[in-house]
Amino acid sequence: MTFDSFLQNLANGISLGSLYALIAIGYTMVYGILRLINFAHGDLVMLGSYFAFYGVSMFFLPWWAAFIFAIAVTAGVGVVMEKVAYRPLREFPRINLFTAAVAVSFLLENLAIVIFGGRPKAFSRPPFLDKMLNIGSITFVSYTPIIIGVSLVLFVGLILIINHTKAGTAMRALSKDIETTGLMGVNTNKIIMFAFLLGSCLAAVGGILWAIKFPQINPLMGVMPGLKAFVAAVLGGIGNVGGAMIGGLLLGIVEIMLVAFFPSLSGYRDAFSFSILILLLLFRPTGIMGEVQPEKV
Amino acid sequence: MTTLLEVKDLTKRFGGLTAVNHFSTQLVEGELCALIGPNGSGKTTIFNVITGIYEPTEGNIIFQGEDISGKRPDQITKKGIARTFQNIRLFKGLNVLENVIVGKHLRLASDPASAILHLPNYLKEESKMRSSGMTLLESLGLDRFAEDEPTSLPYGLQRKLEIARALATEPRLLLLDEPAAGMSPSDAEELMAFIQHILDSFNLTIFLIEHQMRVVMGICPRIIVIDHGEKIAEGNPEQIQNDDRVIEAYLGVVDHA
Amino acid sequence: MKMKRNTILTIIALLVIIVLLFLAEKSLNPYYKRILNLCAIYSIFSVTFNLIFGYTGQFSLGHAGFAAIGAYIAALLTLSPAQKAVNFFLKPIISPLANVEFPFLFALIVGGLLTAVLSMLIAWPALRLRGDYLAIATLGFSEIIRSLMVNMQSLTNGALGLKGIPGYTNLFWSWGCLAVCIFIIKRLVDSSYGRAISAVRDDEVAAEALGVNLFKHKMMAFGVSSFFVGVAGGLMANLISTIDPKVFLFTLTYQIVGVTVMGGMGSLTGSVISASLYTIFLEALRPLESQFTIGSLTVPGIPGMRMVIFSVLLLMVILFSRKGLMGNTEFSWDGLFRLFNRLRSKKGEGSTGGDES
Repeated sequence: MTFDSFLQNLANGISLGSLYALIAIGYTMVYGILRLINFAHGDLVMLGSYFAFYGVSMFFLPWWAAFIFAIAVTAGVGVVMEKVAYRPLREFPRINLFTAAVAVSFLLENLAIVIFGGRPKAFSRPPFLDKMLNIGSITFVSYTPIIIGVSLVLFVGLILIINHTKAGTAMRALSKDIETTGLMGVNTNKIIMFAFLLGSCLAAVGGILWAIKFPQINPLMGVMPGLKAFVAAVLGGIGNVGGAMIGGLLLGIVEIMLVAFFPSLSGYRDAFSFSILILLLLFRPTGIMGEVQPEKV
Repeated sequence: MTTLLEVKDLTKRFGGLTAVNHFSTQLVEGELCALIGPNGSGKTTIFNVITGIYEPTEGNIIFQGEDISGKRPDQITKKGIARTFQNIRLFKGLNVLENVIVGKHLRLASDPASAILHLPNYLKEESKMRSSGMTLLESLGLDRFAEDEPTSLPYGLQRKLEIARALATEPRLLLLDEPAAGMSPSDAEELMAFIQHILDSFNLTIFLIEHQMRVVMGICPRIIVIDHGEKIAEGNPEQIQNDDRVIEAYLGVVDHA
Repeated sequence: MKMKRNTILTIIALLVIIVLLFLAEKSLNPYYKRILNLCAIYSIFSVTFNLIFGYTGQFSLGHAGFAAIGAYIAALLTLSPAQKAVNFFLKPIISPLANVEFPFLFALIVGGLLTAVLSMLIAWPALRLRGDYLAIATLGFSEIIRSLMVNMQSLTNGALGLKGIPGYTNLFWSWGCLAVCIFIIKRLVDSSYGRAISAVRDDEVAAEALGVNLFKHKMMAFGVSSFFVGVAGGLMANLISTIDPKVFLFTLTYQIVGVTVMGGMGSLTGSVISASLYTIFLEALRPLESQFTIGSLTVPGIPGMRMVIFSVLLLMVILFSRKGLMGNTEFSWDGLFRLFNRLRSKKGEGSTGGDES
């Protein structure tokens, strides 16, 4: 492999990894607070891309307005999902909460089939994202740097929110100890809603960018990215936002590089990602950035 | 008098934190010995190392002449050490009798296949487990609750049930982790009488952790005091009460009334 | 007295069920038979998930992958050499498998055993993990298995799947396997081993301190559970006669989890009822998704509608009943009589529904 094609693959890997990371953050925030593997999160990615698609093709919005519309509606869905399906179950056995997530996931996917139709739709990129760029001898499509740039801005913004706002501090406190934090006068419901709001916004952005990169959307398109992002969240240390970013980037880069270096193994790409996950779990169950918490006896 | 348990120069570190520092002691058969110390002094950690929940960082645990350090908890229980927990850990999905006879499971000789097929050897063992479990409950005055859910029992009885469950494993050594925690002084006193009763009627050795010195003064002939993971005193109640280091460690906690 | 009455009732009930199965097998049309077969297969899936999670407390999400192993093994062992040659036109099947054909019972047992062995190999490292981490690892394994099935063309025929698997599965096979499965699991959970695994579920630390070997008991539950998952996979392959890796997506596991929670964790009766209702319900709503006519009006089908309704129902059940349909209670004759008595005393106020036997 030449150095140029290495760089090209690296850029590709980073852009895929950024998408994983954007989606993984929602998983990790919700898990950190509620200890819930919210498998419906992947379906918000799908919704984000569909809402953007309809914003352009049905309401004839300019692309930027369609994107904002899509993010807002997806965030609304995320918040409603928490309020209707998860909040009443918080005191229930955890398996009920998990099953609720499964039910919501089935519901969103099949509602999408009912409403949007089961056939894939072609997502048209805004023209400026369809250009070929040449930097030195490397060629890539203009969406690659845009995906990376947008994700980077969002990462920085999110870290600022989490570390420097009241809501962010409350979120971190909730993930340490939900009961005590509630007793200290923090409105738990509001903060959890805020976490779902943030996570859903990022999932929507992830969905739109995903559709820009892979411009065919279908009702089940969120399943695999969702699962991979979840793997990324665990790799980084579930519950840890910084970890989700690192895990996402790492997973994206490793997947692309595997295919680039060993084209004959490309069919095993998914198996490879899951193998990394399992190996990591066995040797460091709390992930790259997770804290090891000894069990109290 | 033969030595039953020997803790040899035990050290346990968690990362940079030393929970137990070069702790040694011996227990002889049939004695009732208390381990006391302020909160966070490393008492439970010592129990956790003896029962195999943690591996010692340094040092050894010798039980009946055999080095058991590093063995799994279930292996150690099988060799004859049973324990209770500071925070009650009963099995909520099993009734009182079942909670007790889970402790008999480790002596079960029948394999799963004969249990599934109800082969005679299994059925015989099962009925023996049940009857000896009932006998145990009777001897501790818990038999009328046999079919109840453990969480429906009052707190004091839950403590007793945990002890009964540990006794079901037929231990030579019983470790009790703060059995009187959360009890009123009169309930604690009653529990201590109960513990004395167990010592007398079950032919075993008891090592118990207590937070308050007063509770154990009456019944424990020998007391070990630790602070910050180190043994600071050992002796009979009178010696302990007059020990300067103990007074220093405990000042404000000891109730001299 | 009561014991004797219950035994007699059980024998009568079993005979009635056997006669009904016989009549159903003889006279029902293939479509209804297929639904009844699927009821039994999904019941096995759900009952086995209940053993591993409801009783042992191990959150394993490997069911789809394990079912795939059983299904592929049963299919490869029962396919005739000629059919195999037809199937594997892209890449020939590896030699020892190409020329063999075995009876169904042998295929099911081998499928179950190999599934149990493979799943225990997977569980061996993974069972060290607790709670959600075990769920993630087993889900990962399940997807690895599926990915291997897509890629190991000379063994599985890849994404094309296997076609023309002989339809050996009938009501006796499927309900017979379910009966054996329930018998074994029920006896197991009621035994000393069952108490031990329930103790592991309730509190691992305390169970270990009472001398329960965690690893051994988790492995046992895992092995028994996945043996029957493998058998159910085989039954499914020889029922639907065409399998490919997509059949065993992790969403299959999710369905099983949903069905089991709906039936009640810790109730095998609940699992069977819930799995059967789920299967029948999905079939009953099938017309919604295909074109139908009312009088002269032709209504186009709405694909996806069935699962929309199912997921809303699932959500309702868990939102409004914490413990599912059956909680952790099992069917028993005594329970049935008590229920009758209660209903009777509610209707006619005169009769007091005391405890008669």
